[in-house]
Amino acid sequence: MAAVQDGQVESDAEKETKPDASNDVAGNSSGGARSMSPNAASSASGAAKAAAPTGPGEQQTLLAVLQFLKRSKLLESVDILRREAGLSDELDESQTNDGAAAGSGAGSQGEGSVDAASLLRRVSVGGAAATNIAATTTSKGAEDQPDVSIVLSAYSQQGDPALYQVYYSGLKNFIESVLDCHRAELSQLFYPLFVHMYLELVYNNHEHEAKVFFEKFSGDQECYYRDDLRVLSGLTKKEHMKGNETLLDFRTSKFVLRISRDSYQLLKRHLQERQNNQIWLIIQEHLYIDIFDGMPRSKSQIDSMSGSLAGEARREANKAKVYYGLLKEPEIEVPLDDEDDEAENEEGKPKKKKPKKDNLGSKNKKQDPNAPQQNRIPLPELKDSDKLDKIMSMKEATKKIRLGPDTLPSICFYTFLNAYQGLTSVDVTDDSSLIAGGFADSTVRVWSVTPKKLRKVKSAADLNLIDKEADDVLERIMDEKTASESKILYGHSGPVYGISFSPDRNYLLSSSEDGTVRLWSLQTFTCLVGYKGHNYPVWDTQFSPYGYYFVSGGHDRIARLWATDHYQPLRMFAGHLADITCTHFHPNSNYVATGSADRTVRLWDVLNGNCVRIFSGHKGPIHSLAFSPNGKYVASGATDGRVLLWDIGHGLMIGELKGHTDTVYALKFSRDGEILASGSMDGTVRLWDALKAFDVETDDFTAATGHIHLPDNSQELLLGTYMTKSTPVIHLHFTRRNLLLAAGGYNSQ
Amino acid sequence: MAEERRQKQCSVVMPTESMKAMAESVGVGQLQEDSCVALSEEVSYRIKEIVQDALKFMHHGKRRKLTTNDIDHALKLKNVEPLYGFQSQEFIPFRFASGGGRELHFYEEKEVDLSDIINTPLPRVPLDVSLKAHWLSIDGVQPAIPENPPPAPKEQQKSEFTEPLKVVKPGQEEEGSIQAKGQGATSAEGLGRCPNRTEKGSIRIKPRSTHELSVEQQLYYKEITEACVGSCEAKRAEALQSIATDPGLYQMLPRFSTFISEGVRVNVVQNNLALLIYLMRMVKALMDNPTLYLEKYLHELIPAVVTCIVSKQLCLRPDVDNHWALRDFAARLMAQSCKTFSTTNNNIQSRITKTFTKSLLDEKTQWTTRYGCIAGLAELGPDVIKTLIIARLSVEGARIKAVMEGPVVSNIDKIGAEHVQSLLLKHCASVIAKTRPLPDVVDQYRTDYGYLGPMLCSHVVKARAQAALQAQQVNRTTLTITQPRPTLTVSQSTLGVSSGPRTPSIIKVPSSLALMSTRPGTPTQPSPPTTKYIVMATSAGAASTQQVITLSSAQSGSPVTSTVPSTPSTLQPLVKLESSSTAGMSRPLQKYIVVSLPSSSSVDSKGSGVLPASTSPISVEQSVKLERSESPAASTQSPH
Repeated sequence: MAAVQDGQVESDAEKETKPDASNDVAGNSSGGARSMSPNAASSASGAAKAAAPTGPGEQQTLLAVLQFLKRSKLLESVDILRREAGLSDELDESQTNDGAAAGSGAGSQGEGSVDAASLLRRVSVGGAAATNIAATTTSKGAEDQPDVSIVLSAYSQQGDPALYQVYYSGLKNFIESVLDCHRAELSQLFYPLFVHMYLELVYNNHEHEAKVFFEKFSGDQECYYRDDLRVLSGLTKKEHMKGNETLLDFRTSKFVLRISRDSYQLLKRHLQERQNNQIWLIIQEHLYIDIFDGMPRSKSQIDSMSGSLAGEARREANKAKVYYGLLKEPEIEVPLDDEDDEAENEEGKPKKKKPKKDNLGSKNKKQDPNAPQQNRIPLPELKDSDKLDKIMSMKEATKKIRLGPDTLPSICFYTFLNAYQGLTSVDVTDDSSLIAGGFADSTVRVWSVTPKKLRKVKSAADLNLIDKEADDVLERIMDEKTASESKILYGHSGPVYGISFSPDRNYLLSSSEDGTVRLWSLQTFTCLVGYKGHNYPVWDTQFSPYGYYFVSGGHDRIARLWATDHYQPLRMFAGHLADITCTHFHPNSNYVATGSADRTVRLWDVLNGNCVRIFSGHKGPIHSLAFSPNGKYVASGATDGRVLLWDIGHGLMIGELKGHTDTVYALKFSRDGEILASGSMDGTVRLWDALKAFDVETDDFTAATGHIHLPDNSQELLLGTYMTKSTPVIHLHFTRRNLLLAAGGYNSQ
Repeated sequence: MAEERRQKQCSVVMPTESMKAMAESVGVGQLQEDSCVALSEEVSYRIKEIVQDALKFMHHGKRRKLTTNDIDHALKLKNVEPLYGFQSQEFIPFRFASGGGRELHFYEEKEVDLSDIINTPLPRVPLDVSLKAHWLSIDGVQPAIPENPPPAPKEQQKSEFTEPLKVVKPGQEEEGSIQAKGQGATSAEGLGRCPNRTEKGSIRIKPRSTHELSVEQQLYYKEITEACVGSCEAKRAEALQSIATDPGLYQMLPRFSTFISEGVRVNVVQNNLALLIYLMRMVKALMDNPTLYLEKYLHELIPAVVTCIVSKQLCLRPDVDNHWALRDFAARLMAQSCKTFSTTNNNIQSRITKTFTKSLLDEKTQWTTRYGCIAGLAELGPDVIKTLIIARLSVEGARIKAVMEGPVVSNIDKIGAEHVQSLLLKHCASVIAKTRPLPDVVDQYRTDYGYLGPMLCSHVVKARAQAALQAQQVNRTTLTITQPRPTLTVSQSTLGVSSGPRTPSIIKVPSSLALMSTRPGTPTQPSPPTTKYIVMATSAGAASTQQVITLSSAQSGSPVTSTVPSTPSTLQPLVKLESSSTAGMSRPLQKYIVVSLPSSSSVDSKGSGVLPASTSPISVEQSVKLERSESPAASTQSPH
């Protein structure tokens, strides 16, 4: 596993440099900025990468860390860091005091503190234990630092408050008067400008003007920003700005707009003619305008992509190569159907190869050009039991029903009755033999849905007595007296929001409001490890499809990659601007997708921790994710009731499924990927024709620009709607034979 | 714009008075107005911030309701100590006292009678979480089982009726075609499914509804109808229960309605009273089913019901059999359907009223039909009684007088006249008691209402006295029954006992356990069986459900029967009373059961020996408690 740990915990693509940003200080700090990320064992590899171009943002980050350390009186750590980063004292001093320069650098405030946290944990392993705690709090405690005032001071420029309305309405009139084709594009400016102008007014204590400004123009904004506007409307005083996360998001991340060159020229000319410096300054400082050549986009094209907290994704953000293909299945002797007796076909025995078997295997024989290298991420060795399970699943797969628009799956609904405690999460094992539920009363309950009951392993004293040489030793270690249909796992101290079975069904992960992720053994039904690190509610966790690794994400906006045998995370994926609400592993285990309350989906590379895709387009927090079985697509569902489909390879939105009337909490593709099932708070399970949905023409131009025109064909894709009786659907699972299992807690009200 | 409206809501701040109050509660006396304003803004901002965080917890808890726990968790996020004590249902129970320079918070404890605790039955143990599997869909078709919602929700049935030419939404359309498939109609599948796919969104004629029933549904229909009109009472009760609760009957509704209308047609001719009663109970059960929308079938049901109200002859021996109870019951059904289905389009109520009035005005109308008309009108409510019946009291009185005091005609006429008389007295007395000002002078009544005047006068006096007594009784007993709003109870119970049939009036006699209905309940089989039925109104509002309770033993009933005539009309047995209307909605138990003795008069005492069921009281071994929340479905909290 060492290979994995050697990678870097990097901050994401947000830090990309902007050409006009001051780049002069980048030179001497870049080496340091990079080398701080890897852990102590791999500082050498970090140094190797020192030549990579680095923005002033990372330097700013470093300085912030230094400052924090100093304040915390961790002088030793300061020295170490300074030595490693190669920073001089003078630079340190001059930079921190130079508030004006922060305009470009402070953009990475969020990531900075995150890096601080991870770094500190490694640096201070031998140091004071308290450091650890302090460091982890920085990720959230950032707003208490004086750096925040630097961040905010960008707003200190004074304009005549009374003129703000004039400026804004002037721009509004201008945009309304331009040609139709440009109007839609330029209208994107309204929301970010509105927000920043309002914040400037508030920052400069023009409370009344701010209120008037807000009341006058908030109605013009697109309806999908209303949640943010609600937050904003509560904020009327300068004092409130400290510690308001939403505000920091606006400020620390540049709002990204995509505008065609023609439209941009039009805007620039207008602003220069009118000498409208105030707006020009805001555009320069707080917005990132991604200019493209070609036809301006239409209103619907823009609407489908916008809605996220920080605007659309930059085009470069989605250009990295993603190996979305599946890994080659390991060679396993598959017993044929006619030789049903498994005892004869055990692994160890030599088996004659039969031609028929290759039908299954041949698909996997050829290496998918899009697949990552087999050992790109070290994966655990297959155990004998895993191989047996693989054989079982392949056998089952041969009995699988081919689904399609004409053969819809049967749905078996598992209702959690009497769940007064509030069912918050559900998971089903891959072979559909166990169901686990996480509850708001901090318990985790596991049910067996097959006749096989759940049994614990005998106690150590009893285990001594059994005959270890016996053939059925695995049977003998189980304690029959403990057999029952369900077991309760106690250990969390808050609602259990995420739950996930390991692929081999030996472990269960649960994440909770108490900030921990717990690993439970399903042999002994006890807690094995409590993974601490998030410190804030952990909204979701999931095992890798190959086991061993798992990912978790929560309120602290950082997704962490863990291995079950490490108590510290291997990777920290930082970049989301709001809570990470759901996490999902790619079928090839090389990537992790996270959905967030900032209304974006991000795809992270497990190898190097980079953010390789940013998908914007949702209009509400994302609560469910699902990869297609071939790894090419990902589907995401949000509180707005819409399901969006994304092409990972091209980084494009390729579909929108409208129909649900409430949050989509569950998404799942059928085993062959023909059907997408979605379950929602509105108590319906809907089935969609996934093949047809993915069958979208993408010519080179759309692929290059990402300006897709979505067909509005949700109703044609909808294959079925199945109502429950006031039971929200919170989990969906296709069995190996393509029977759909759904689960939810009955709500008697 | 909606946006602006929301905006207004967002900029709400706490009133400064609250700040003052809070400041005073922590001992800060004089707070400057400026500080109040500043504080209230700050507090409002913080509260909004916390609530916004709490919303996250709500979303992740997969709920639509924000709970106090969510707020606690949000406070925890901000490193603020959560507020404790919100788990309690009541207000914070601590009381404050100070004295001797010490401050004391104490918990006010009530004195509890141990015997009360011992005698109250143990509450049910809360059920543990359990997992239940059912088929939400089989090969893409949703089976019609109790676990699934009804295939066509009531709203859809209604909208299908009211706007048949509406554009069918593809989602619903899908459901419809799948249903068609599920009924095994292979031809319907081909026809119903393919065209729907191709012509989306275009206005289509209302989809042809298939009336083919699956084999299971045919079996069910056969079983149910046989049980409903069969001889086994236990089976009938089960069948009616199934009709009243099963969600998947939508498909079979046309069959049932035809069954009922044909059944009434045949049995009226044959004067088979028992079967008519059974059929009316089926109508009742169909009406009670919350998932059915009957409007489409009223054209079959209403004639059947009206027939049972006004038919000249309903039984073979009109002098002996209690067909009056059937008329009363059917009249109540009629009133209920008027209330539920009458719209400005169909004008059911006015058409029915006209029908009744017309035959009431007819001189040649038989006493039986006359009784039915009056009962039908009276059930429509006090307003109808006031305008249509009271106005005709003197005319009817003269007619009754002619029969009672005139030359002896047939016995049947006499019985009919007696029943009409008691019916008129019963319904009119309560209305007059409420509308007519005091005093009640017999002569005045005689001039106003003719022959019936004096009797009416005594009834009115009694009704007033009863109301007053009840008020008194309730006031006295509220100490034992925890009745939050006794005043409300009084007025409601008065109303309930005296007039409206749909208003639940439930009274219990504490000493004796004799039990009967205020008025003729469900008519039972006229030939005295061993089991008897009482229908009791148990709930408030429009959806009054009536519970049929099987009471054992006709023998034990006899001693009580004998007591009835001897009960003096002045002695009111109403002792405890609890309202079951909106005030008590939240309470799970609905404890007390109506007992009201037949409203005296020589007619009743004479008849009580002969007339069974409806007017004869039946003793019960134990006090019957009706737990509204304890319907079989609710007890396991399962979704059916």
